[in-house]
Amino acid sequence: MWLFNSSIGRKLVMSVSGIALVLFITFHGCMNVVALISKDAYNTICALLGSNWYAIAATMGLALLVLVHIVYAFILNFQNRKARGNNKYAVTAKPDKVEWASQNMLVLGIIIVIGLLLHLKDFWCNMMWAEIIGAEGQFEPTDGFEWIKYTFSNPVFVVLYIIWLLAIWFHLTHGIWSSMQTIGASGHIWFNRWKCIGQIWATVVMLMFLIVVLGFAFFPDCVGQCDFKLLPFAVK
Amino acid sequence: MAKNINVTIKFWKQNGPKDKGHFETHDLKNIPDDTSFLEALDIMNEELIDAGKEPFVFDHDCREGICGMCSLYINGTPHGKTERGATTCQLYMRRFKDGETITVEPWRSAGFPVIKDCMVDRSAFDKIIQAGGYTTVRTGAPQDANAILIPKQDADEAMDCASCIGCGACVAACKNGSAMLFVSSKVSQLALLPQGRPEAAKRAKAMVAKMDELGFGNCTNTRACEAVCPKCETIANIARLNREFIKAKLAD
Amino acid sequence: MPIKIDSRIPEGPVSEKWSNYKAHQRLVNPKNKLKLDVIVVGTGLAGASAAASLGEMGFNVLNFCIQDSPRRAHSIAAQGGINAAKNYQNDGDSVYRLFYDTVKGGDYRAREANVYRLAEVSNSIIDQCVAQGVPFAREYGGTLANRSFGGAQVSRTFYAKGQTGQQLLLGAYSALSAQVQAGKVKLYTRYEMEDVVIVDGKARGIIAKNLVTGKLERFTANAVVIATGGYGNTYFLSTNAMGCNCTAAVQCYRKGAYMANPSYVQIHPTCIPVHGDKQSKLTLMSESLRNDGRIWVPKKLEDAKALQAGTKQGWEIPEEDRDYYLERSYPAFGNLVPRDVASRAAKERCDKGFGVNNTGLAVFLDFSESINRLGLDAMKQRYGNLFDMYEEITDVYPGDLANEINGVKYYKPMMIYPAIHYTMGGVWVDYELQTSIPGLFAIGECNFSDHGANRLGASALMQGLADGYFVLPYTIQNYLADQAIWPKVSTDLPEFAEAERAVDAELTRLLNIKGKRSVDSIHKELGHIMWEYVGMGRTAEGLKTGIAKMKELQKEFDTNLFVPGTKEGLNVELDKAIHLRDFFTMGELVAHDALSRNESCGGHFREEYQTEEGEAKRDDENYFYVGCWKYEGADKDPELIKEPLQYEAIKVQTRNYKN
Repeated sequence: MWLFNSSIGRKLVMSVSGIALVLFITFHGCMNVVALISKDAYNTICALLGSNWYAIAATMGLALLVLVHIVYAFILNFQNRKARGNNKYAVTAKPDKVEWASQNMLVLGIIIVIGLLLHLKDFWCNMMWAEIIGAEGQFEPTDGFEWIKYTFSNPVFVVLYIIWLLAIWFHLTHGIWSSMQTIGASGHIWFNRWKCIGQIWATVVMLMFLIVVLGFAFFPDCVGQCDFKLLPFAVK
Repeated sequence: MAKNINVTIKFWKQNGPKDKGHFETHDLKNIPDDTSFLEALDIMNEELIDAGKEPFVFDHDCREGICGMCSLYINGTPHGKTERGATTCQLYMRRFKDGETITVEPWRSAGFPVIKDCMVDRSAFDKIIQAGGYTTVRTGAPQDANAILIPKQDADEAMDCASCIGCGACVAACKNGSAMLFVSSKVSQLALLPQGRPEAAKRAKAMVAKMDELGFGNCTNTRACEAVCPKCETIANIARLNREFIKAKLAD
Repeated sequence: MPIKIDSRIPEGPVSEKWSNYKAHQRLVNPKNKLKLDVIVVGTGLAGASAAASLGEMGFNVLNFCIQDSPRRAHSIAAQGGINAAKNYQNDGDSVYRLFYDTVKGGDYRAREANVYRLAEVSNSIIDQCVAQGVPFAREYGGTLANRSFGGAQVSRTFYAKGQTGQQLLLGAYSALSAQVQAGKVKLYTRYEMEDVVIVDGKARGIIAKNLVTGKLERFTANAVVIATGGYGNTYFLSTNAMGCNCTAAVQCYRKGAYMANPSYVQIHPTCIPVHGDKQSKLTLMSESLRNDGRIWVPKKLEDAKALQAGTKQGWEIPEEDRDYYLERSYPAFGNLVPRDVASRAAKERCDKGFGVNNTGLAVFLDFSESINRLGLDAMKQRYGNLFDMYEEITDVYPGDLANEINGVKYYKPMMIYPAIHYTMGGVWVDYELQTSIPGLFAIGECNFSDHGANRLGASALMQGLADGYFVLPYTIQNYLADQAIWPKVSTDLPEFAEAERAVDAELTRLLNIKGKRSVDSIHKELGHIMWEYVGMGRTAEGLKTGIAKMKELQKEFDTNLFVPGTKEGLNVELDKAIHLRDFFTMGELVAHDALSRNESCGGHFREEYQTEEGEAKRDDENYFYVGCWKYEGADKDPELIKEPLQYEAIKVQTRNYKN
């Protein structure tokens, strides 16, 4: 199968799974911003994405994407190290054109995975997972708002999340244009456009996450105060 | 007017692919700065021979930047890259400071085993071209050259892609040991021209398969290759190769 | 009894000879082709195209090159272009005109029939290369573009930026690669041919050295083709690549192949001047620059003195004080006179003291007028890479605006000087490109055939590809037709053993001299002798001195050479020593031929034989022949055999580029 046997095929898998993940976190970021505005609206989303069959299916799909992205990353890296050979250069000068992120995607990826585990423990375990297994927690599993508030009341988490977001930002600044390059949707002109789009996209999405973290950390009493309903009826 | 400089050459000695290899140093005195870097190495070799030692071995031939034979990794970059694309043989001593130590290493990549010192085996590139880097056409059979009209823009771009000299700097600079810039330049040249279209899909698949088989790495778009390419090939070629390859595979 | 030379020129008028030949030659049937092996040594334009075409026809080809890849042969460095009589520009070009220009450019010393055939197949070359995907320059309408070149009044040169040789070679290389893939060509890279093996009077194989392991290996075949280039590196400093050598050709000469017209050496007018004694090679600036560049030296001697002292710069000299000497002396062709004329004119000006750099051995090539007329961008479009290359080497960018005098803008000019570039002489071949040894063929620059005493720009690529694609693959069949019934010879034959032993003995001898001097130090000295006495302006006296000095230096080589290392493994110095041994043989041969030719023609200029205006003075009465040299042994002078020239289509006259 060429998606596994050929170098471009493998890269295509990385690229497509990457784009899907970018779309996911874009959605996730938008959703988070809602928490800044309205507690009710945010919790409605949390309820929508609770233990419903479609939410579980999507989560499993997402997990598969993440897994594929990670496994392929390690395979590619292993092959690339082998192709590089055992001899290291005594002196290396990094050309200006080469971005730091592009050469450290694996390291950034590992940081992101560690952050992800932390994130899953803080939120997913307490929310979707708790709902599935029916565990009792400090707050209701669908009360995402309180979980956020609770997590970012701890400054250690705030710092960890900021580091995590930074790593994702670096990963995306390379990842977005690189994925477009890999699927071949690039060229002399589009290279610069994708790079620009990628930078802006990564920055906007990460800022969305960042303001939520900072909002809940520093102004826990001001967030989510607007009173509007996302849906005209109550979920569940 | 040329001025003279002193430099120390720290060069890699390795006796065959299995040898571990090591650095040796040699001081060069009063080298006019309009001397080319390879001429400075010639001077060093003359001095080594005069001292009864074996000379430092490296590949070089045309010395005007077109044959692609020269292949030295100088002070951390292939060809000791200058602002504008240039090969090792087009590097002049005026680029170095008086008293500088210049480190000279071979291309280091599993795809290019060392033959001796800084001479490496790049026959893998020939094998990739043999896999499909051509149009199948019999000698003597073609139609009149002007029967195929090619827009100037396409011809010019194909020319830029065709400028690749096959030196291997892209592989040497790539942290993944990937040969994508080399392969994509050839695929691009022929993909841009109507003469190359009939075999475009077959070519992209065959050349990529051969490249993978020979153990070159996977491209991760770090752009180190285009940064060091002496002929200024760009990763737009790689995007084109990806496009051609994916299109070909999806059509299967 | 004098040996008679048979050049095997077919019957009929010159324009029908090649068709007649092809109609009546013998062919090899497809089954038999599969049984026949051909060795092709060299992978330049001629070698690669021949190997590819022969493979395609069905022969089994063994193809050798000294570099790590066939794509690195020195054809790759040709910049300007390739001629063809397409007449796409509607400027009156035709096969006959290309033929005529080439014969005239060669100062009426080429073989008429060969040149006509060359002009005839030139159009097919362009068709072939375009089909291969060679990205020639094009017009906006999509048709092919042309430029003009020295020695012609029509625009017939096809080009691919300033890298035409590269693109044509890569075309041939890709055709070759296709045949390697098909299993019809077996490639031997980093192999050097050390000797040709002759069995029963026919070339049946070679001894080649594996340059990596140092081992000598034997190869057998039904015919041997050498495409190993010229001997320009005899002069040490030349535009040739460092690895270019004449060992294969000289070894064939020692085995009985004649060497023809060795004194015809082309000095290219537009090279970057020599800067010091550490220099390893000279860099050519394409002749195409003469299309838009104007060559000049100062009118006033005091300006030249100031330039030499470095107190004045070229751009400080106004238009009226410049002497555009080519435009002045040759109004009809101006800066586009043939190479030999342009080179000699530069030497003449510099000899008179008008040289423009510190060594006094340089003239200006100025683009100011063209830049002012067409703009810098247009110039960059045409010569961008050449301008860059010039800057990389000299630190001066020819497009830099430097001065303005009376409203006229002056840009920094290039400095150029003639340098050894190409050798028209080479292994003698007949019309079939077969040498005087049956079964041994020579193609490309390696042979002597098509350029007479001087080669026109953009004709080398044409000849290499003509030989390889369209001539040899036909003519070799005429020879191979009856070889199919011959059993393949074994490499165990005593002839192979003896040849290998002799090569091995030479390697041992060179290693065992254990003297004090490196190969390069002796080679440089040989180069100086060649340039001084056998260079651009030759005299009988000088040539005799040159020969004596060469003999003396050869003694030094034989007794005081130091080659480090051993026979085993890679030994670059040992390979260079072998090359130098053969450069000595070749150098002496060039001098002998120059001495025997008491006339001036093309690239061979004898100062005793010139007109009052300093132009070459031919002597058609006594020297209207090809000078073929037969090897008589290491200690004896070679024997001269003459192949008289016969012109039917062209009236021989004095070359005139003035009006």
